[in-house]
Amino acid sequence: MVTNHIVDARAIHKHFGTLHVLKGVDLKVDERELVFIIGPSGSGKSTLLRCLNRLEEPSSGSIVVDGIDMLDAKTDINHARRRIGMVFQSFNLYPHMTALGNVTLALRKVAGKGRAEAEALGRAALERVGLAERADHTPGQLSGGQQQRVAIARSIALEPRVMLFDEPTSALDPELVGSVLEVMRGLRESGMTMIVVSHEMGFARNAADRVVFMDDGLIVEQGPPAAIFENPTQERTRAFIGQIQRH
Amino acid sequence: MIEAFFNIEIMKAAWPIVLTGLWNTILLSLIVVPLGLLGGLILALLASIRHPLVRWPLMAWVDFFRAFPPLVLLVLLFAGLPFAGLELGGFACVAIAFFLNTGSYYGEIFRAGIDSVPAGQVEAARSTGLTRMQAMRYVVLPQAVRNVMPDLLSNTLEVVKLTSLGSVVAVPELLYEARQAQSITYNPTPIVMAAVIYFLLLWPVVRLLSRLENRALAGRR
Ligand SMILES: Nc1ncnc2c1ncn2[C@@H]1O[C@H](COP(=O)(O)OP(=O)(O)OP(=O)(O)O)[C@@H](O)[C@H]1O
Ligand SMILES: [Mg+2]
Repeated sequence: MVTNHIVDARAIHKHFGTLHVLKGVDLKVDERELVFIIGPSGSGKSTLLRCLNRLEEPSSGSIVVDGIDMLDAKTDINHARRRIGMVFQSFNLYPHMTALGNVTLALRKVAGKGRAEAEALGRAALERVGLAERADHTPGQLSGGQQQRVAIARSIALEPRVMLFDEPTSALDPELVGSVLEVMRGLRESGMTMIVVSHEMGFARNAADRVVFMDDGLIVEQGPPAAIFENPTQERTRAFIGQIQRH
Repeated sequence: MIEAFFNIEIMKAAWPIVLTGLWNTILLSLIVVPLGLLGGLILALLASIRHPLVRWPLMAWVDFFRAFPPLVLLVLLFAGLPFAGLELGGFACVAIAFFLNTGSYYGEIFRAGIDSVPAGQVEAARSTGLTRMQAMRYVVLPQAVRNVMPDLLSNTLEVVKLTSLGSVVAVPELLYEARQAQSITYNPTPIVMAAVIYFLLLWPVVRLLSRLENRALAGRR
């Protein structure tokens, strides 16, 4: 399939049993673009992200990431996933390993690097998130914000072409949110393509290229942050924006 | 009384025999514990394939061997297999019975351990490109084992105790040798010796277990 978008998802449907969660979603993302996805709880945001790296198997549709057909049975999915970083709301760091161990595991077992090279790359990734001196700490010894930054380092160490963030700051105490957003801002400045599910409207306003509003398994409306936040054309978008701004 | 149960002369005489038994019990444990762990691990890994075609036969297997009294299983193997043209020694029968019986117990423990690891761990691992098996090996199993360490240890304690069943099929372990010595000396002192040795052998494990369990409780608080 020929495409000039780094992410090209078309007509994605997802059913969980009788529940129709995604009802034909199209999402195209340009290289270096930062796309923000917002929408009410249960609208399918997480499911969409998880379909993009096939943590969730879409019921139908097509997904091409960086030229790789993600749904083709012949695609080596583990190889493809290396190019798609994912950051989770609950960090999901491996608690039995140090920060460096978390970052080097896939470097060693997936990318096939030797110990020394993996550790050098791992330390460089931790440096990028400002945690070089925490390399030997276990997740239990780190704050939530630090844990999430280690999780980001775990992804970027593999030099992904796209990063997916699923509510990366929702589990954090308010005073720790800033450090994670700072790292995300740095990533964006380095040219990383990012798809972010989040309700951090301030960050969306000054960092996002595009905001996508989802409701009930569909993309209802999308556009530049100012347009979506100030002048939404759809009633459902207006209602949702009004709701979160009141909080 | 002391003459009957703590007879020094008899202890001296029976000591070499009892020692052989102790050595064989240790040897037997060193074989059946890893065998049971291996059987359990295989069962738990199979159980992590959540396919009905795997799941139901597996559940039947585990339930069957957990419900089957290990002594009956052992005697059945020992007395029954020769009729099927398979003449295995007592030792091999013990190994097989333990693989089947204790493997099923270990399997349930491993399975509980694997289930205790949050799904997000596997998702994170898979999202970085690890295969299902790699995620299991490097991410899930180390946490699973740590989470069920007290149960693994307590089951291992049971397994070591159960090796005394070997005496029924003439495996010369501690209890068997003690009974031999008893029948030679016409005195129960060797049995007392065996009892004391079992206690000394297992008591440190019991202590360790208590400490682990206390720590687990404290951790949960
Ligand atoms: N594995 C699953 N099995 C069954 N239903 C699921 C599963 N995952 C998600 N769902 C359902 O799919 C719907 C969409 O869920 P999803 O997590 O994608 O929503 P979301 O937009 O991310 O919501 P939130 O803002 O609460 O995170 C919900 O109704 C949810 O209950
Ligand atoms: Mg979600």
